[in-house]
Amino acid sequence: MATNPVPSAPLEAPRTPAKTNRIGLQVLDYRGGKTTLCAGCGHNAISERIIDAFYEMGVQPERVMKLSGIGCSSKSPAYFMSRSHSFNSVHGRMPSVATGALLGNHTMKALAVSGDGDSASIGIGQFVHLMRRNVPMIYIIEDNGVYGLTKGQFSATADIGSKLKTGVINDLPPIDTCTLAIQLGATFVGRSFSGDKKQLLAMLKAAIAHNGTVLLDVISPCVTFNDHEGSTKSYKYMQEHDEAIDEVGFVPFFQEIDVEYDPGTTINVQMHDGSHMRLRKLHEDFDPTDRVASIAAQLHAHANNEVLTGVFYINTQQPSFTEMLNLVDEPLGTLPDDRVRPGRAVLEEMMQRLM
Amino acid sequence: MATEDVALAASAEQSILSKPDTHHQTPQSTIVNDFSIQIATVNGSGSQSANSVLLRSIFRMGIPVSGKNLFPSNIAGLPTWYTIRASKDGYVARKKEIDILIAMNPETSKEDILSLPVGAAAIYEESADLKQFRDDVACYPVPFDKLTAAVCPEAKLRKLVKNMIYVGVAAQLLQMDMQAVEAALRKQFAKKVKAADLNWAAVQAGYEYAAANFTKNDPFLLQPMNATEGKIIIDGNAAAALGSIFAGCTVVMWYPITPSSSLVENFIDLAKRYRIGPDGKATFAIVQAEDELAAIGAVLGAGWAGARSMTATSGPGISLMAEFAGLGYYAELPGVIFDVQRTGPSTGMPTRNQQGDLLSVAYLSHGDTKHVMLIPGSVRECYEMAMDAFDLAEQLQTPIFVMSDLDLGMNNWMSEPFAYPEKPLNRGKVLSAEDLTRLGGFARYKDVDGDGIGYRTLPGTDHPLAAYFTRGSGHNEKALYTERPDDYVHNMERLSRKFETARSLMPQPEVVQSGKSRIGLIAFGTSDFATRESRDQLLKEFKLDTDYLRIRAFPFSREIHDFIASHDRVYVIEQNRDAQMLSLLKLDLDAKDIVRLRSIRHFNGLPLDARTITDDLVSQEGI
Repeated sequence: MATNPVPSAPLEAPRTPAKTNRIGLQVLDYRGGKTTLCAGCGHNAISERIIDAFYEMGVQPERVMKLSGIGCSSKSPAYFMSRSHSFNSVHGRMPSVATGALLGNHTMKALAVSGDGDSASIGIGQFVHLMRRNVPMIYIIEDNGVYGLTKGQFSATADIGSKLKTGVINDLPPIDTCTLAIQLGATFVGRSFSGDKKQLLAMLKAAIAHNGTVLLDVISPCVTFNDHEGSTKSYKYMQEHDEAIDEVGFVPFFQEIDVEYDPGTTINVQMHDGSHMRLRKLHEDFDPTDRVASIAAQLHAHANNEVLTGVFYINTQQPSFTEMLNLVDEPLGTLPDDRVRPGRAVLEEMMQRLM
Repeated sequence: MATEDVALAASAEQSILSKPDTHHQTPQSTIVNDFSIQIATVNGSGSQSANSVLLRSIFRMGIPVSGKNLFPSNIAGLPTWYTIRASKDGYVARKKEIDILIAMNPETSKEDILSLPVGAAAIYEESADLKQFRDDVACYPVPFDKLTAAVCPEAKLRKLVKNMIYVGVAAQLLQMDMQAVEAALRKQFAKKVKAADLNWAAVQAGYEYAAANFTKNDPFLLQPMNATEGKIIIDGNAAAALGSIFAGCTVVMWYPITPSSSLVENFIDLAKRYRIGPDGKATFAIVQAEDELAAIGAVLGAGWAGARSMTATSGPGISLMAEFAGLGYYAELPGVIFDVQRTGPSTGMPTRNQQGDLLSVAYLSHGDTKHVMLIPGSVRECYEMAMDAFDLAEQLQTPIFVMSDLDLGMNNWMSEPFAYPEKPLNRGKVLSAEDLTRLGGFARYKDVDGDGIGYRTLPGTDHPLAAYFTRGSGHNEKALYTERPDDYVHNMERLSRKFETARSLMPQPEVVQSGKSRIGLIAFGTSDFATRESRDQLLKEFKLDTDYLRIRAFPFSREIHDFIASHDRVYVIEQNRDAQMLSLLKLDLDAKDIVRLRSIRHFNGLPLDARTITDDLVSQEGI
């Protein structure tokens, strides 16, 4: 990158040839600038998993665009994948920018990073409309229940009874972005925890393989403003209340399937790109293709003070927004003149009609 | 009106509604091809077809004509007026005085007839007995329902067909060419032959009734001319949509708002017709947004990704777009925003005209933000400036606002046919993967060429050095985050240089001057029509010669400064209360020239008329 700081290279050249992915890139090619977030911030762990997922899936970084709103989470695209174009937009309005960018070039992979304030408070309007359009993109909410950049006010995902450092207790119900997304039409919805490397990585890789809106609500503790006793978004609280609904496994399309699974306990989902997602049920009767059951499971979990994680809902059949628009195969933005400007005869015909 | 006062007849413009003098008119000579017709109806009554047939019949007779729909913010049941002006001299501004009234709305008919000047004519439903109010107006009572029933057996169609009766009555009284009327009517109904036959029968019934029952008692006549040959009739929104199609616009995100909605609706029709390939796939994406914030967000996102994108809105939408407009300016994103202005502030009068968004758009958003505005003054310019706007947006890498208004956007205007664009699309400074290899990288916000405009890359450019980070927060030449004072100032000064580059790229003003007059007039947009007519009035009635400059864009080009500097007094004519254009000029002018400026304003929601300008100017000049 000429425009972003090149991540620091190892002090000594490795003796063995550097490990590369299926398109011949090193993990270094997926790194970004140095993070300016607090040490221990959950967001940094999520950035690491994004790097791993895109590296392991062998996605060309130039084929990805990163989008974000405003807030700590929205700063994080600067800290991974510097070879991807990035757009840090306006508070709560990233969904519209992402939608427009994808309309301009629907051949790109879009990865959006937002926060709970950016999505559930100021941005709830655009959030719900993005979900109902099933815009083909990965939408990550780095969810810590507070505003970080303005120093620790509650966001709309804060749980009832959750306590701020100042002692203020939240007495309003949280907006559950996952339930909302399932209800509105997103086709891949799940929740994870920044501290759960394995689950988050598998979900991110499956997200890359999906065609449609992926909403991942990732609980990502704010070590500065919301990691104390009484917080429901702290590391400790998550360790105690994280309840996985399924175990997420993933076999990418370029890897031979050699792992057996038990169809009685595991749901095999064939993804858009030919990959397979394996969901081993941890809850009885759970069916991630059933919207109603999935929403019910969320409501039960809330009642039991559990933080449900895993893939909640998956629908690989629903056409994405750009498919529904029936666009030409090439990006709209770079179509040549003669494909976007009708000929002389068209104008003459129009003029005749208006005479 | 019992519930809502949407009064709009000419009388409502005067402060007191008084019964005019009723002394009898003196015998008069004929007035040919120079008068206005006002059709007073109820909205939702389907009078639009009839009004359009009347307008197009006059057009087909070769007589310059213009039409204005003055309508309430309502779907059905409130009064609506359509005015048609025939003008042998080609004047297309609203004419203040109504010469012929067609009173179809019993709720307003008394007020309508009282508003007429002495010597006018009125066609009305017989039972309304309007003659009792005016014996100085030529009255033509018509039994509309009886005539309609005779030609239209189907009761549910009568409401619509009834309107065609007045077309026939007017045609007879004005001695119109019935071939032209029939041709206009058949074109109106296109392939719907049965509907055309039925409506034509109604026109004839009206014609025959008038011929058999009326003695003409007014001076107004239409006689064929040859002044509309080869001309087209179109509204400004349709023209702007056409321009957007030929500009190669590919992404549209919009939120419906009067009076801009028909711009996008026209674009949708055109795109479906001309921009779908043989395989059924579209070279466009049109999305109805959840609000104007999303509309502008998507436009800028699409522009960032390399697409020619646009939205159309009006004042309230502009307000919502403010934050994004600042991002567009600062992060340097192309996009086109059509602002079809209406009467503000707030919800204001949504279906009435105003040029009221100039100041807010010029500086839309917080911080030091300023924007380029193109200001079309005709339907042809709606078409041409739409194309200019897309070129300029990519050339300047900034949002471009096209400042139309309700009068221009929603009314029908005559025009020379539009010309096919001869220049290829100007896509601005975009680096390809090959360029990056040759250059060994780039800095997004570096002023390489000294014009303040950097080079950009598009997402998807297949080169490891292509990507950059776009943000609305502080950034340096390399698009890296910065809060350094020198970086910030450097960047902001470059943006100022870019605005100066914009000044040189703007469409030049139109100047009409003899070089002898000490008085200059400045107008823009739809204030142009009345200003031209007023200049003729001033010359004819007061022997006052004036020079004229029509502004077509902001930032102002040097010619505007020179024009003001070379006149003793310059009247800035505009349709808003606060002299917004004059204020913008003040900010741009040398102090010694500011004192030359005078203001003529009109802001009652009705389109500006020439007499208002003439009266105001004469009074200010002390003539």
